[in-house]
This record gives sequence, structure tokens and C-alpha cells, in this order.
Amino acid sequence: MGAPEKLLAEHLTPALLDQWFDQRFEAKMAEREAAHVPSLAIIATKGTMDWAYPPFILASTAGALGWDVSVFFTFYGLELLKKDLHLEISPLGNPSMPMKMPFGPQWLKDINWKVPNVVMAGIPGFEKVATGLMEQTVKNKGVASIDELRSACLEADAKLYACQMTVDLFGYSQDEFIPEIAGWIGAASFLPQAQKSDVCLFI
Amino acid sequence: MSTTATQTLDARGMNCPLPILRTKKALNELGKGETLAIVATDPGSLKDMQAFCKQTGNELVSSSENQGEFAFLIRKS
Repeated sequence: MGAPEKLLAEHLTPALLDQWFDQRFEAKMAEREAAHVPSLAIIATKGTMDWAYPPFILASTAGALGWDVSVFFTFYGLELLKKDLHLEISPLGNPSMPMKMPFGPQWLKDINWKVPNVVMAGIPGFEKVATGLMEQTVKNKGVASIDELRSACLEADAKLYACQMTVDLFGYSQDEFIPEIAGWIGAASFLPQAQKSDVCLFI
Repeated sequence: MSTTATQTLDARGMNCPLPILRTKKALNELGKGETLAIVATDPGSLKDMQAFCKQTGNELVSSSENQGEFAFLIRKS
């Protein structure tokens, strides 16, 4: 062994190598984390007005945070991609939904009208009225409309995918939907995207 | 509201996540180092604005509350 090799062998102890590796590893991991763009994948399956909010709020906010966002709309969720949004809300069978008047004096607004299911089910147009009241409440409280949130998603380059199987199943045609749809795909195409996402939600 | 900001945004009366979405949109129009002053009434915006700035790497220069109104100053990085 020559002199330089001997010097190297004496100094490159396993402990020193371990220390070097740990430092290097930490630095590299921090670098990777800093360069990482977070991603969100949502599977949206509900088509009522109340259930339209969670996917669009989360997707638009993630977009504003600079995340990569993709949403797969399937079954009733496809309703959220229609050109003309006619989303309704049903208080029937939903005991958690507060039934409050969005107008009138405060004492009237404070009353939570607990209407029995059998009454709701028996009154024609009950859901139309409930939807109208909900839309008014949303406006009063400065909450965004679904249309507004969907536009925000598209502006943030969120990829909105439609489930092709549902289109066939429900007898829809593609021209009923917004032209910005990123693709007409199936579970086999979306799952690999969901697999790579940091956050994956089924709504 | 600060008069020294490059741009101002009135997010009063808006609810989550609108203040953040509008802030993002307004920041897009700004150049690096320019500032945006925001005023909002959504109590959630206090935490949301901090999280937004941390995540997007923009600088939250100041945030304050005054009688139910929240004022923020963000410098675009």
C-alpha cells in the first residue's frame, strides 16, 4: 500500500463514511422535497348541490396553492360537468341539514324547521323550494357558486375527467358537457394517476 | 389598507375559498417583488392566508385584525 492510500484508509473510517452519507442524504432529500409539486386526485361521485362543494372547493384551492389537480367525475358526479348546471339539494333523509329561512327578521332566520320526512316526500316541489332557499343562503353568506368554483378549477389548470362508462350507462351525449373536459376515461386510466398523487379523496 | 401596495384586493363579504382564489388571481398580475394588499371579513382567512403564503413561497409581510376586518400585505416572490 502506497502512502496516499494508507492515509485514505486511515481517515475514511466507517463512522466518517456514515456521517458523510447522512449529511448528503439529508441534503438530497431536502432538495427533492423543495422541488416536489404536490398533487391531489379526487373521485367525485355525487351530483347534488351540497355534495358539489367539497370536490370543487378542494380542487380550486389546491390549484391556487400551485398543486397538480385531477378530478375524476363518475356516476352522479358527472352532473357537475354539465354545460347547464341544474344542481338540486334534497333535505329528504338528511337529518343533519339545517332548514333555515335565508330572509326575514332574525328570530325567523334562527328557527330550524324540522320537517318530517313523510311531509317533505308528500309535498310536490319541496326540493325545488329547498334548493331555492339554499341558493339564497349561499349568496347571503358570500359563498361561491358551483359555476364560479368550477371556472376557478379550470383557470388553475385542474384536469377534469369524465367517466366514459357513466356517459354510456346514463345515456348522455358528450356535447351535454363542458368542452374543457380533459378526457373521457375509465378507472384503469385514473387509478395510475391517483396512485402517484400525494392526496387522494373519494367524495 | 396600505397605500403603498402595488395592487389592492377587496375580499370583504367573501367566504372560503374565495379570498384565496382571488388573491392567487391578483398575484398572477403582479411582478416579482410587487405587493398586494387584501382586506377580508372571513375569519378563516387569517390562517388560510398564512398557509397560502407558506405553500406558494410568497411573503406575508403583515396581517392584522381590526373590528372584524382582516388586512394582509403579500409580497410576490
